[in-house]
Amino acid sequence: MTTKTMTMAKALNEGLRRAMEENKKVLLIGEDIGKLGGVFRITDGLQKDFGEDRVIDAPLAESAIVGTSVGLAIRGYRPVVEIQFDGFVYPAFDQIVSQVAKLHKRSDGHYKMGMVIRLPFQGGIGAIEHHSESPEGYFAATAGLRVVACSTPNDAYWMIQQSIAHDDPVIFCEPKSRYWEKGEVDLDNPPEHLFDAVVRREGTDATVMAYGSTVKTALRAADTAATEGISLEVIDLRGLSPLDIATLEKSVKKTGRMVFVQEAPLTASIGSDVIRALTERCFYSLQAPGVVVGGYHVPYPPTRIEEDYRPSVDRILDGVDRVIGFGS
Amino acid sequence: MIDEELVQLLTPEGERVTHPEYESTLSGDEIFGLYRDMAIIRRLCNESTSLQRQGQLALWAPIQGQEACQIGPGRALAPMDFTFPTYREHGIAWCRGVEPKEMLRLFRAVSHGGWDPYKYRYSVPAIVLGNQVLNAVGYAMGVQRDGAEEAVMTFFGDGASSQGDVLEGFVWAASFNVPVVFLCQNNQWGISTPSSVQSKIPLYHRAHGFGFPGIRVDGNDVLAMYEVSKRALENARVGGGPTLIEAYTYRLGAHTTSDDPTRYRIDAEVEVWSHRDPIERVKSLLVHEYKMKQAKFDEVAEEADKLALQLREDVLAMDRPDPITMFDNVYADFHPLIEEGRQEMIDLGVSGGAH
Repeated sequence: MTTKTMTMAKALNEGLRRAMEENKKVLLIGEDIGKLGGVFRITDGLQKDFGEDRVIDAPLAESAIVGTSVGLAIRGYRPVVEIQFDGFVYPAFDQIVSQVAKLHKRSDGHYKMGMVIRLPFQGGIGAIEHHSESPEGYFAATAGLRVVACSTPNDAYWMIQQSIAHDDPVIFCEPKSRYWEKGEVDLDNPPEHLFDAVVRREGTDATVMAYGSTVKTALRAADTAATEGISLEVIDLRGLSPLDIATLEKSVKKTGRMVFVQEAPLTASIGSDVIRALTERCFYSLQAPGVVVGGYHVPYPPTRIEEDYRPSVDRILDGVDRVIGFGS
Repeated sequence: MIDEELVQLLTPEGERVTHPEYESTLSGDEIFGLYRDMAIIRRLCNESTSLQRQGQLALWAPIQGQEACQIGPGRALAPMDFTFPTYREHGIAWCRGVEPKEMLRLFRAVSHGGWDPYKYRYSVPAIVLGNQVLNAVGYAMGVQRDGAEEAVMTFFGDGASSQGDVLEGFVWAASFNVPVVFLCQNNQWGISTPSSVQSKIPLYHRAHGFGFPGIRVDGNDVLAMYEVSKRALENARVGGGPTLIEAYTYRLGAHTTSDDPTRYRIDAEVEVWSHRDPIERVKSLLVHEYKMKQAKFDEVAEEADKLALQLREDVLAMDRPDPITMFDNVYADFHPLIEEGRQEMIDLGVSGGAH
C-alpha cells in the first residue's frame, strides 16, 4: 500500500491527473484553469502535461462552459467542468437543470451525460460576496443529477476519479476551506463506493451528520463532548444525492438522537430532508426530534461575521444539548 | 425585394435571378426533389394541426411558410453532420430521415424524445430555446478534437437570438473556430413579439461583431437556402469556422396550436407573405423551365396524402404509456429513489411492472 500525505487541493490535482491518464476522453474545462492552474490551483500543471485541447481555458461564460460540455458529452467526451466559485454557478443553472439533468431521459436513454461539475463550495475563507455559498440543495432536488461532497484528501483523490468514471452527471462539491489541510492518501485502494456515507467516529449518545467542511467541525464538537462524557457518532454523508440512508438509519436507530450540520440555510435543504427521511424510518427509536444546525435564512453574510453564520463547535454542541436534554 | 443584401436565386414569381457569389448547382430532378420534400412536409404539418384540433395531440408547432428554410439546409447537410434543432424543425427532421410518427411522439405527449439522435444525427428538440446552440458548439469542439471532417448545424429563431446562450455560443464558436453553422430562421414573430424588438439591426449583422461571417438569405427560396447552407457547411468541415445564416422568412401560421396570431398582427401582412410562398415559386420554375407536367405534382400530392393518412393512423395507435416508464432513463446507473418510486407504483397496482 502506497500512501502519501498531501493537501486536498493536491489530492484533487492528482486524482484529475490519474483520470486523464486513464481515459483520453476526459477533458477539463473552466475559467483560468490552464496556465494559472485555476484560482485554487487545483488544475496546476495539467495543461502543460495534457495540452490545451484537454485542459481548456474557457471564455468567461458559465452557461457556455456547461452547455458546451453537454455537446462534448454527446460527442463521447467526458468533460470535467470547474466552476470558479459556488456563487458563479447560477448562470449555468439552466443548462444543468434543463440539459445535463434531463438529456438522458429526453433522448430516451440514447445520450449519456457522464460529466462532472466541480464546485468549490461553502465559506470560511474570508472572501467577498458570492464566494462562500452552499447551492448543493438546488442540485440535489433535481432528478437526473447526482451530488457528492468530499471532506478529506483521500476522499477527494478517489471520489473525483469515481465521479469522472460514472455514467451519470455528478455535481462534485469541494469544501474550499479545507483545500489546504493535509491528510494521508492511499494511492492504491479506493475507499467506499462513491455515494456511501462513512462513520468517521463511533459513539452512542447521538448521531451527528455532516458533509464537506462541517465534518471536521462535527469531529471537533465530538472531541469536546467527550470531555463532558457525551459520546457522539459522527457520520460523513459523502453522497448527497443519492443519500446513503441505510447507514444513517442504522446509526440513528442505535443512538436515538440526531443532529444534522450544514452550512446551507435550513429551508428545503439536505439536512431538513435527511431529518424527514430518518424520522419516517426511525420514529420508534427516536428519543427526541431531530435538529438541523445550519446557516440562517439570510444571504451569506459579509465574511467579517461569517463565523457567526457557519455552524461552530458551540452551535453544534447546543444542538446536541437540545436532542439529549429533550423532555427533561 | 426585401433587402438588397439578401441572397436570392429564385424570385417569388419563380424566375431565376443571378447573385455575384452564389449560383444554383441543382438539376431539374434535384429541384423537383426539394419541391417534393416541401410539399410533403407541409401536408404532414397540416395533418398534425388537424390532429391537434381533434384532441389527438397536446400541441403542434406549424412550419407553414418556413419549408424552404428547412428543406434547403436539410438537403445540404452531409450524412455525418450533426444537427441541434428546436421543436419547429420538422423539415430538417424529415431530411435527416426521422419518421413522421417519431416526430410526433413529443407532441402526442407520450415521450420527451421520440427517436435515436445518433441514428439520424438529429438531436432531441430544444424547448428551452437557446440551450441547443451551446450544445451544438460543444459537439463541434468534439468534432474538432477528433479531427473529423464533419459539420454541425444548429437552429433557432429571431426570438431566441436574444438568449444569452445563443450569444455565448457565438463567442465560443469564434474563439475556438469550431465547425458550426448557425441557422437563424427569422420568421418575424416570437409568438407575439415582433423581430424588431429582438434586434435593432439585421440579425445577420451580429455575426460580424463576433468575428465570423453572417449572411441573409431569402428564406422562402429553397435554391438559395440550399446553396448558402452547402457552402457554409463545406467551409466548416475544412476548418473555416462558423457562419451565421439568417433565413429571412415569415411564419404564415400560428406560433403553436395554442396561439392566436389575430390578436397581434394584421391580415394584410400575412397576405403579403402568402404571395412569397416557398413551394409555389419552385413549382412555377419547374413548370416553366423544366416543362414539368401537372401529373408529376399530382403524384406528390397523392404520396403526401398517403403519408398523412399513415401518420394519422400511427398517432392514433400511440397509446398512453405504462406509468412505470416514467422511471426509465432518469439515470444511467442504479438510483435508490428510482427503485423506490418504481416499487411504490407496483405496490399501488398502477402498473403491471413491465418496463
